[in-house]
Amino acid sequence: MTYEPVIGIETHVELTTESKMFCGCAVGFGAPPNTNVCPVCLGLPGALPVVNGRAVEFAMAIGLALNCSIAHQSVFSRKNYFYPDMPKNYQISQYDEPLCIGGYLDVQTGSETRRIGITRVHMEEDTGKSIHVGEGGRISAASHSLIDFNRAGVPLMEVVSEPDIRSAEEARAFVAELRGAVLRLGVSDAKLEEGSMRFDANVSLRPKGTEPFGTKVEVKNMNSLRSLQRALEHEIDRQAALLEAGDSVLQETRHWDEAAGTTLGMRSKEEAFDYRYFPEPDLVPVEVDDAWRDRVGEAIPELPAQARARYLEMGLDPTAAGLISRDVAFGAVFEDAVAAGGVSQTVANWLTGEVTALLRRSETPLASSPIDGAALAELSGMVDAGRLSASAAKDVLAGVVAGEGNPAEVARARDLVQVSDIAALEPIIDEVLAGNEEAVGKLRRGDDKVIGFLIGQVMRASGGKADPAVVRGIIKDRVS
Amino acid sequence: MAYYYHCRLMPVDIDIGKVARLARLALSEDELNRYRQQCEVVLEHAARVQALPTDGVTGTSHPLPRTNAFRDDIVTECLDREEVLAQAPERDGDYFLVPRILDEQ
Amino acid sequence: MTDLADLTVTGAAAGLRAGEFSSVDLLEAVHRRAAMTEANLHAYLSIDRDGAARAAVGADSAFKSNTDLGLLQGIPVALKDNMVTRGLETTCSSKILAGYLPPYDGTAVSRLREGGAVIFGKTNLDEFAMGSSTENSAYGPSRNPWDPERVPGGSSGGSAAAVAAGSALVGFGSDTGGSIRQPAALCGIVGMKPTYGLVSRYGLIAFASSLDQIGPLTRTVEDSVAALEVVGGYDPADSTSYPGDVPDYRAGLESGVAGLRVGVVSELNGEGIDPEVQAGVDQCIAGLEQAGASIVELSLPSIEYALSAYYLIAPAECSANLARFDGVRYGLRRRGETVEEMMSTTRADGFGPEVIRRILLGTYALSAGYYDAFYGQAQRVRTLIIQDFQAAYEQADVLVSPTSPTTAFQLGDRTQDPLSMYLSDVCTIPSNMSGDPAISVPIGLDGAGLPIGFQVMAPALGEPLMFRVAAEVERQAGFEARATHATSEVVT
Ligand SMILES: [Mg+2]
Ligand SMILES: [Zn+2]
Repeated sequence: MTYEPVIGIETHVELTTESKMFCGCAVGFGAPPNTNVCPVCLGLPGALPVVNGRAVEFAMAIGLALNCSIAHQSVFSRKNYFYPDMPKNYQISQYDEPLCIGGYLDVQTGSETRRIGITRVHMEEDTGKSIHVGEGGRISAASHSLIDFNRAGVPLMEVVSEPDIRSAEEARAFVAELRGAVLRLGVSDAKLEEGSMRFDANVSLRPKGTEPFGTKVEVKNMNSLRSLQRALEHEIDRQAALLEAGDSVLQETRHWDEAAGTTLGMRSKEEAFDYRYFPEPDLVPVEVDDAWRDRVGEAIPELPAQARARYLEMGLDPTAAGLISRDVAFGAVFEDAVAAGGVSQTVANWLTGEVTALLRRSETPLASSPIDGAALAELSGMVDAGRLSASAAKDVLAGVVAGEGNPAEVARARDLVQVSDIAALEPIIDEVLAGNEEAVGKLRRGDDKVIGFLIGQVMRASGGKADPAVVRGIIKDRVS
Repeated sequence: MAYYYHCRLMPVDIDIGKVARLARLALSEDELNRYRQQCEVVLEHAARVQALPTDGVTGTSHPLPRTNAFRDDIVTECLDREEVLAQAPERDGDYFLVPRILDEQ
Repeated sequence: MTDLADLTVTGAAAGLRAGEFSSVDLLEAVHRRAAMTEANLHAYLSIDRDGAARAAVGADSAFKSNTDLGLLQGIPVALKDNMVTRGLETTCSSKILAGYLPPYDGTAVSRLREGGAVIFGKTNLDEFAMGSSTENSAYGPSRNPWDPERVPGGSSGGSAAAVAAGSALVGFGSDTGGSIRQPAALCGIVGMKPTYGLVSRYGLIAFASSLDQIGPLTRTVEDSVAALEVVGGYDPADSTSYPGDVPDYRAGLESGVAGLRVGVVSELNGEGIDPEVQAGVDQCIAGLEQAGASIVELSLPSIEYALSAYYLIAPAECSANLARFDGVRYGLRRRGETVEEMMSTTRADGFGPEVIRRILLGTYALSAGYYDAFYGQAQRVRTLIIQDFQAAYEQADVLVSPTSPTTAFQLGDRTQDPLSMYLSDVCTIPSNMSGDPAISVPIGLDGAGLPIGFQVMAPALGEPLMFRVAAEVERQAGFEARATHATSEVVT
């Protein structure tokens, strides 16, 4: 039987406000442990939360970007459960009256675009962090845990998708698209590796062509787009094998084990969680009128989907358009380069190819590298004008990334500018022709293939600086 | 007033063990039994609220109606770590220390 | 000459300004009184000798440099030990917070300090403010200065006993279901619960967040006004704080009640009220009528359900509010193999039986399958109670009733029967449910020589009217008797 995966994704996004969700402590990664804490985010007796107005606007912006409607009134609730890194032993979260409801996100996989429903976007607070000591940091085998409350109370947004996703690849594309939107909005740094964007997936299978959902499994602990896709592929296969064998899928939470490449069931509790949600009496409802909503809406920049459409119109191939539209820094450099006269597809190729590879090697983000729109426009101009060969351009780029200057300076300093001056090239070419009589004879007899060999010889003799197009012209001239 | 002395009791049945586990209270069987009986008496009275027709009535969770109490997104001073950790029952360096955590949430 | 410890706030403030005595003198008098009464009353959990001395010296030097900080400047005050004080042990009368030194001051406490008040000590209460007798304290009960065999009421029993006995000139408490007014009534002093949101709850260790309010316990209505003036007003740190300007509480204090409509709530008078208490209250109502008020008999049918709704809402909120006491960051910790075991034994050992009972009740009322029938329904009943009050205030300017159905009862009388204890608050709970202000004024003694309290309720932000009627009640009652038992002999 063929099974169809039914996937829904819950994504938590930490917002890059200055201060926490309910107190004035700074939001920031890497502060010394337990220094960004106050009575409120430590859950000290007597302390009370006050909502960060900007966090509400950030959440609203995400909601609007995901085509949600903004509730006129939304309410915070207490979600009650005990956990040592959650100071109050309840999480303030939105429950039955969230800020944003009912939107969608258009997601592209290959050449296909599908619309994934967004159930809701709501606001909540993050927990602290536990370090599990002993046995390699594995929670189950640890001897004790150490807690840092710096992250407790950091504003979190939870985006809940409808179960509209139909493959692991599409799940990955969905999260990538969502991440792109969040980055474009500037409301989060969405760093998967630092946990400022985290996701859980609900997966079930059903026979293709049928309506009812199968038993769903919640998969947790994926910390990259790649691991999300791998985890879901694995989980889909696991469930399919069970169903194929006539077994049933157990409703449970499973942990993705990146190293083992498998999902593992977690020790199930004897009773389900009972969060005992009730309206947070320490906070009052959030009321959003049309004017406020529109003000936030107007400030929303161009989103990845819109940028992608525009790039496609500019003639970019869909892959490049997709990659550049999802990344704010890439988008900005691309736009600048094109504005400075760069050829769009050439600039796009550089960006998605060599630039990406170089930056990955040097572990520098694009935004803090010396590569900017002007540099790429200059580089692409030099290639188009025949002043740089494709291979020399890679060297120039490396020089630019290394901070050696702009492309022209690097090309000159590294002596990579192509020789297209005929007078300078003729003596070299004559020498090569004289030394390769057999090839020259073949060429004369109409065997055009050998011209490449001869050009290669000239390139070598010139130390790679000769402009191949000019060389070809001169050789043809001489031989005819 | 008179009402409370004469009201008919509505039987309530509490799974006290489950409630105590949810509330993280390690109570003995004897204690659980005693609390169950006491809670049932109170709840049987409290359950009288069910006798009042409330169709179409919205619940009140705040006696003073107010909305949009917001804070500006401004960083304020944090507590001194030593003063905070001095209150910790157990610490390790700059961290709070707790026994091992059995289950992940 | 009168002992300085017997002065009212208003009287002491005048004396300080006239240079008749200093704040240091006042503090000494209060120390002397406390030394006489504490063995009997156990009003205080801790007395801050050094801090109070510094504050008194500071207040005196401010007076010398003509810096007038307000009416509580230089006045010794008692704080219920659920008000967070920086560096000063704050226990909520619970074992779970033994030795806890908060790293911050609550808003009301800051305002008192800024106003030059001398924080004398932290007073006893029912653990986490859950109770009506101050017997539910992990550190032993407080006793009533009128008869140490009797309870001072609760949960702010320590503050009430201190003010009645003269070991503080003014006390602060918190009122969730009557916890200021009922002990004030039982101790023969004035206790008021402001409109919900008028006094910031920031730094008040929460029992039931939507019901809790800080308020003063004083010897006179005028002192109540003076104390509220210092601690009240908008606080951005409390999202439920009332953001508007506070009314002028003094406006009508001398105006009398001629032309006012006084509503007598039938559900809170008569049946179930001790006949002597009711007789005192009736006499007082007659006095108001004679002074020109018109008396209106009113019914608020849904307040028959207020106590039931309260015993769902308050435990539900407390079950979450008290979840933070888990042995991780502060307070008591018991050993455990796992964190869950550590938390569960810490909480079971650290909380007393009444607190555990209410946490269990609240956890149950919120749990899956019961929420709507219990907590949800209680919140809807609360709406009906509010609507009943609104309708009543169309017919009357203020509402009146006894504060407590009985005068002070014997220690141990109600501890074995939670429900009988809960009934102590039947007259006070409705104002907490509606969020409206209410005050208890002493009007006389019963046959056993125990004080009777008269309650005046007003609509939200109706404090000026409430104080105005209370002042008239006070004038007519002429209640000047002072608790003396506690100072004359030591109970063994
Ligand atoms: Mg969440
Ligand atoms: Zn904080």
